[in-house]
Amino acid sequence: MSQVHYLKTPLTDEDVMNLKAGDIVYLSGVMFTARDAAHKRLVDLIENKEELPFQLDGAVIYFVGPTPPKPGEPIGSAGPTTSYRMDSYSPILIKHGLKGMIGKGKRNQDVKDACKKYKAVYFGATGGAGALLGKLIKEAEVIAYEELGPEAIRMIRVENFPVTVINDAYGNDLYEEGRAKYEVKD
Amino acid sequence: MREIAYEDIVKAVKNMVLHTATNLPEDALKKLKEAHEKEKSPVAKKVLEQLLENAEIARTEKRPLCQDTGLAVYFVKLGQDVRITGGLLKDAINEGTEQGYIEGYLRASTCDCFTRENLKDVIGYNLPAIIHLDLVEGDKLEIAYAAKGGGSENVSRARVLAPAQGRDGVIEFVKSVISEAGPNPCPPIIVGVGIGGTFEKAAISSKYALFREAGEPHPDPAVAEFEKELLYELNKLGIGAMGMGGTETVLAVHVEKHPCHIASLPVSVNVQCHSSRHNHITL
Ligand code: SF4
Repeated sequence: MSQVHYLKTPLTDEDVMNLKAGDIVYLSGVMFTARDAAHKRLVDLIENKEELPFQLDGAVIYFVGPTPPKPGEPIGSAGPTTSYRMDSYSPILIKHGLKGMIGKGKRNQDVKDACKKYKAVYFGATGGAGALLGKLIKEAEVIAYEELGPEAIRMIRVENFPVTVINDAYGNDLYEEGRAKYEVKD
Repeated sequence: MREIAYEDIVKAVKNMVLHTATNLPEDALKKLKEAHEKEKSPVAKKVLEQLLENAEIARTEKRPLCQDTGLAVYFVKLGQDVRITGGLLKDAINEGTEQGYIEGYLRASTCDCFTRENLKDVIGYNLPAIIHLDLVEGDKLEIAYAAKGGGSENVSRARVLAPAQGRDGVIEFVKSVISEAGPNPCPPIIVGVGIGGTFEKAAISSKYALFREAGEPHPDPAVAEFEKELLYELNKLGIGAMGMGGTETVLAVHVEKHPCHIASLPVSVNVQCHSSRHNHITL
């Protein structure tokens, strides 16, 4: 049965090991936003042994390119973007301490294997619920690559941000399991 | 000759863009509510609940429904008895688009194909719009608009089948496209299918099919029957809202059919996510 968890970031190995595909998690605390362009830069930094713009240990990255904020608001609409574009970068970040990723859509086997090997999880947020999810982001600040516009890295603070565990650290995949349960075979 | 002023087109387009970003059209909303009622999976039901809540927040607080505010796609029907004064029709549509996207704090999502440089300071904010123009009878100007997100475009496919593959071949192809897409296009989705014509005609028809009111059957009863059959087949896939498994994956299937060459059977599948931001104006 799917369980409900309330977790604070950064995530620990223990937090991760308590999660199973299909569980609902409400995340609170600091997370970082990044899309493909920012991921590429992070991986380049790691490869060149340079310092990253934020602490990767226990971090959660949210794959999102928000709309511009209206005056007086921290961020605009901010739902997840499709995750496969990050597949070639995520395993390296996971190896260096990343514990959680939030996006939408399937991940490849390399990402699933990395989650298992280094204890990390992939969460799904509701795609297209940008207005609702943007409201749960209480603070946002660009901390790197401002020139990338919506793709810049932002440090955000969220409160009870609702996500579902898609790939856990045990090799389970909600997309496969959920679908198998409701598929009607001829 | 009836005259329509450039500035009037700019203004009407801008207002349509602004309204559509934050107001989910009635037809899509109705379909989402129906799906929420029918859904058997509790996880998917919860997602559908969030989508309805999201639509409500977007409408009342004027926040964009989704952060991907799309490329602006238009189907324009220009009556032959209309003359546009003060500028070009395409420029007016582009200008209205740009103004709407800037004023609404919407995202500029156009970029160069290879350098990936955002074109907002090169061509214009979220420009150029994609404009399909048709000349028709009469003295009206009809502009239909969609804010088309990337997630659902990315899983869309076109193929030219062999005539012998026939109706069953089309069903099989559409099923394979939606199955492979899985969670990526933000289900529940609306599926546009263009059948026949040439390669590009099928693709454009599949997009045009998405401009119909969600769930409105094709006027030709045989085509409408085919839509029903496809809907049934696709929902058997069990993908569910956001791909987490469920009974309600596809909200509607719209098919557009066109005569084709004796040697070919072109098919195109264009996917529309649940954030079906469509609208139209008539001037
Ligand atoms: S597929 Fe649609 S709902 Fe999903 S992120 Fe893209 S535009 Fe938004």
